[in-house]
Amino acid sequence: MIDKETIQQLAKLARIEISLEREEQLAKDVSKILDYVDALKSVDTEGLPEVSQVTGLKNALREDLPAVAGEQVSQELVKSAPASENGYVKVKAIFEQ
Amino acid sequence: MNYEYLELTELRTLLDQKKVSSVELTSYFLARIKKLNPQLNAYLTVCEDHALAQAKAADTRLNQLTNQLTNQLTPPLLGIPYAAKDLFCTKGIRTTASSKILDQYVPTHDATVIEKLNAQGSVLLGKTNLDEFAHGSSTETSAYGPSHNPWDVSRMPGGSSGGSSAAVAAGIAPFALATETGGSIRQPSSLCGISGWKPTYGRVSRHGVISMASSLDSIGTMAYSVSDLALTAEILSGKDWGHDSTTGTAPVEAYAKNLNADLKGVKVGIPAEYFIDGMDPDVKARVMEGIKELEKRGATLVEVHLPNTKYGALVYAIICPSEISSNLARYDGIRFPESSKNANNLLEVYTKTRGEGFGLEAQRRILTGTYVLSHGYYDAYYKKAQRVRGLIINEFAEVFKTVDVLCCPSVPTVAETLGAAAGNPLFGYIADQLNIPSSLAGLPALSIPCGFVVPKDSPSATNYSLPTTHSSPMPVGLQIIGPQWGEQKIFNVGYAYQQTTDWHRKHPVLG
Repeated sequence: MIDKETIQQLAKLARIEISLEREEQLAKDVSKILDYVDALKSVDTEGLPEVSQVTGLKNALREDLPAVAGEQVSQELVKSAPASENGYVKVKAIFEQ
Repeated sequence: MNYEYLELTELRTLLDQKKVSSVELTSYFLARIKKLNPQLNAYLTVCEDHALAQAKAADTRLNQLTNQLTNQLTPPLLGIPYAAKDLFCTKGIRTTASSKILDQYVPTHDATVIEKLNAQGSVLLGKTNLDEFAHGSSTETSAYGPSHNPWDVSRMPGGSSGGSSAAVAAGIAPFALATETGGSIRQPSSLCGISGWKPTYGRVSRHGVISMASSLDSIGTMAYSVSDLALTAEILSGKDWGHDSTTGTAPVEAYAKNLNADLKGVKVGIPAEYFIDGMDPDVKARVMEGIKELEKRGATLVEVHLPNTKYGALVYAIICPSEISSNLARYDGIRFPESSKNANNLLEVYTKTRGEGFGLEAQRRILTGTYVLSHGYYDAYYKKAQRVRGLIINEFAEVFKTVDVLCCPSVPTVAETLGAAAGNPLFGYIADQLNIPSSLAGLPALSIPCGFVVPKDSPSATNYSLPTTHSSPMPVGLQIIGPQWGEQKIFNVGYAYQQTTDWHRKHPVLG
């Protein structure tokens, strides 16, 4: 059972501010999902490998060459950030106080 | 002349014979979108100017090709309009993933598949609605409101690619790009009565497609026939050396040219576990009739068993949110345009942007993923799910030693009324339970129309004050699953089915 405190702890880890109205709803929903997946515990997986991909590909490498996107693209990218100054993405101060 | 519901090869002939220009065709669809989209909400963005410019360029190119004496081939999709799910990055065209957190995002690059269609000279009509970040099976989690099923606008079109399926079913796009992580092409194709292709994982590049769960995300198409799907598959498939290291090196076959309707010697497996308890008996009947049709065309039917099917959706409910929680970390209020106006420091930029920008379903999945990946729970949930995923993969591999394809329902029901998904965090996992196991195994599959069923539920009183036809029969989909890289096999079986049936030629009546 996931309680409201756990939701707030997870939200802190995931960097999401959860409103009080949503807190209870999310606690209920996440609990419901965890109950739903509980039946997996009964599957015998002793000694089986953990599978994270299906392609079987290993070390898919390409030449390490710089992609030349051009000045215009970098300007557009910077401009699409919420704040920028002199061609740099601007963020709030990190070393304050 | 009406141009909706024509197959891609028919449009090709009209264009090549100069019966219509790409500009005329594009204008026709833009006008039809204007007329029908308000009741369907299939498109979020219609890029009229961009489309007309692309159409004009296509006409110029087509004229050059016809006037020249060399035998340079006309690209099959030159001048043909299409729609793209709003998860595909389109250079200079707003791309939202149906999320407020990307409300004003305009990409600086095209997804690889968009580039491929640009090279063909295809015409992008607009971007279609989806569940927010593709999290859902009804389009109800979209920040821009749900799309509506063209067969009955009080019902859902399915999801997450529900805008794409509604657009194709309503004849406001000749074909559409869509994505599937666990059912998002097959389920909406089934509910909207169109043909949909979910490729083998790694068959089509994911580059430039906003990520959901990277070990599962697959890029496919929706259209009016299996031969159209095979044609698009031929064009979109292939190794993306520069951009997607997970694309496979298996050669891309001439899927459309190789289509073969002779099913003699083809073994069709019927997985008993896919005819679940509680499924609509009429849906089951339609699917069984479809399977019998394959037998008439020479296929041998074999009952097979996939006992781990019941664990598929459970494994998915762990793996998918885990990958989501990691993929959605990038929306931090710094790199993409949306950023909270209420933040006083850097941490609040993250937390408030993500608190205000993500909808409930996205937050639910991020938090679930964070939980199952956290210290102390990782082994019990994530590792366990990965091990069961291995069992499911092996089980399919074993079955495909004895059969060529598997046939079963795409979805256990017909389209439910809009509102059915709201408030049920398990809606998607249950709606997609017959698609998820093969997604976990990275297998290719189709959903093709195989008949109609009158829904058992009466349209509930919802917020959607739209006209309803209480007894509208709704489409049913036949699912064909193939072995890894077995695209040609599923296309052949689907193609054979569509040679003697006309369910794929039935279209809704829209006012």
